Amino acid sequence: MIEIKNLKKSFGELEVLKGIDLTVAQGEVISIIGASGSGKSTMLYCINGLEDIQGGQILVDGVDMHARDTDLNKMRQKIGMVFQQYNAFPHLTTMENVALAPRIVLGKSREEARDIAARQLQHVGLGDKLDVYPSKMSGGQQQRLAIARALAMEPSYMLFDEVTSALDPELVGEVLDTMQLLSEEGMTMLVVTHEIGFARDVSDRVAYIHEGRVEEIGPPSQVIAEPQSERTKQFLANVR
Amino acid sequence: MDYNFHWRPVFRKLDQLIAAGWVTMEVAVLAMLVGIVLGLLLALMKMSNSRSLRWVAVGWIEIARNTPALLQLFFFGFGLGAFGIHLSPFLIVLFGLSFNNAGYLAETFRGGFSAVPHTQLRAARSLGMTATQTYLRIVIPQVFRIVYHPMTNQLVWSVLMSSLGMLVGFRELSGETQFLAFKTFRIFEYFLITAIIYYVIVKIILGLSWLIGRRLFRY
Amino acid sequence: MDNSATQVISFFTAFRLADLWYLGQAAINTIIISVLAISIGSFFGVIFGWILAEFNRYLTVLLNLILDVFRSIPLIIQLILFYNFFPIIGLPLKPFTAGTIVLTIYTSSLVAQVARSGIQATPVPTRRAGRSLGMTYFQDLRYVVFPIGLRAMLPAWTGVALGVLKDSALVSVLGFVELLRASQILVTRTQEPFIILTIVGAFYFMLSYPIARITDRLEKRWQND
Repeated sequence: MIEIKNLKKSFGELEVLKGIDLTVAQGEVISIIGASGSGKSTMLYCINGLEDIQGGQILVDGVDMHARDTDLNKMRQKIGMVFQQYNAFPHLTTMENVALAPRIVLGKSREEARDIAARQLQHVGLGDKLDVYPSKMSGGQQQRLAIARALAMEPSYMLFDEVTSALDPELVGEVLDTMQLLSEEGMTMLVVTHEIGFARDVSDRVAYIHEGRVEEIGPPSQVIAEPQSERTKQFLANVR
Repeated sequence: MDYNFHWRPVFRKLDQLIAAGWVTMEVAVLAMLVGIVLGLLLALMKMSNSRSLRWVAVGWIEIARNTPALLQLFFFGFGLGAFGIHLSPFLIVLFGLSFNNAGYLAETFRGGFSAVPHTQLRAARSLGMTATQTYLRIVIPQVFRIVYHPMTNQLVWSVLMSSLGMLVGFRELSGETQFLAFKTFRIFEYFLITAIIYYVIVKIILGLSWLIGRRLFRY
Repeated sequence: MDNSATQVISFFTAFRLADLWYLGQAAINTIIISVLAISIGSFFGVIFGWILAEFNRYLTVLLNLILDVFRSIPLIIQLILFYNFFPIIGLPLKPFTAGTIVLTIYTSSLVAQVARSGIQATPVPTRRAGRSLGMTYFQDLRYVVFPIGLRAMLPAWTGVALGVLKDSALVSVLGFVELLRASQILVTRTQEPFIILTIVGAFYFMLSYPIARITDRLEKRWQND
């Protein structure tokens, strides 16, 4: 379970997150929607400690992520993250990209790591691209590579930061399909996205973030179909 | 034109010239290796949090890049000589070129480090990799790719600059040529052959570097 | 081993004000050679670069091969060869002239590379946009390629220019009393190499460093457009 309590985050003088409260239960898929700059991505980075926080608490499986003595590297093994810019390691093949972390972080043997990598790449539909370099693959393929890479660590939670925003429209589908597959397999997912369709069809809950606060949260049938708040209505009207 | 070209004396001494060409390669490669180590150190010092380390690094880099290489050689030769330290011509050239290389390479490395997108680091850290693992496995291989071509140019530059050795008494290719040419007064012929030897050396270095680059960087 | 007090005293007796004047004159010579070589060399270099960027394969490859020779041979060797070649064909040159000519050709080969990549810095679609508005080829060069290319080229060109400034030191090899040679002469006479080398070093540094810094700053500012 991920518990975010009154999360506050500033960049210098600018306060980006003004008190976020959110709980993610095991197996839940929560979509986060909101305008650019509302702090959605920042919130994700705070969860796995890539950004520090100025107030509040984030507990992952009961561990305070920002406590002084927390082993961040260890905790990050439980939290997988996929970024907007895929960030495939360009100097490694697809297989090497996915097998690297299990080997050097989890200490698996070379064969074990390769098996895990092959399995996850198969899982996301890249089973035939094991020895290809990322530069030779499309954006959609690189993003699925990134997903497989995160999954290879066998995380309990997956964070997705606008993973389809940088893709050509015809490549978006394959990535969303992969994410839907994961959700059906029971993965706990926190998905920051602009794809309202995905939010509506795949998530258990949708949270709308407005200027650093959770404006509205609830099942898609409420938040998207019949939003309670004016601001949510406004945002959705602009998006459609 | 009443000048007779006398090529034969030059060709008789060709093996001596080529041997001197090897000396040039040795000192250039050594100066490159030392320069790389020092350059990396300087780059790290310049990026560090310690002000004194930064100042030392900046001082070295800016002096190396803003004064003539010949002057730097003279410092190691005559300059140290004023304090009673007399280095052999080989060491003068080695130290002088290394000092110079370190300065230029430090900036090349720094540029390489900042060219690796910090999003790469984010991805690596989010997988649970430690900072060390991230630097060794993800950052440095990418930096290497970026600085490979500039480093090759720096090596070529080292070879060309080693010719200054002749002004401090070092018998690398130019020094040897000067020695032989002034003995026989066949200055033009000797230096023309030497010019060709330099050209060939440079082309070989560039060719090898390109070949190695293609094998190393298949992506 | 001299103690530092004796060194300082002997510095002041051996190194006279006239020597500073001597160094100063040599400094002016350095600047003159450099300015000539950089300006004429850049002029031709830009023309060569334009040819390299815009003309057909055969001419380009040939020109590049020739220019490449000047980049692959040490400057000292070029100076010596050149200086010894002209007496052979009956045209003895003064060291100043020979040195400046060699330095100019050397500069132009370096600038040609810089200019070529400067011209190629403008993407073809952008140039097509200009031409489809009715611009002639030369208007395209002047109003589109040149401003973009200038910004792309400036750091590299400054590097070349500063390099030439420092390389002008080598002309002293030909006996032309230029700054470094003057310092050598002084060193022999005054036996104070360290002080003199430091002053000379400071001179080159004071010319080169500010220009490098300004270029850096300009480059950063232009990156934001």
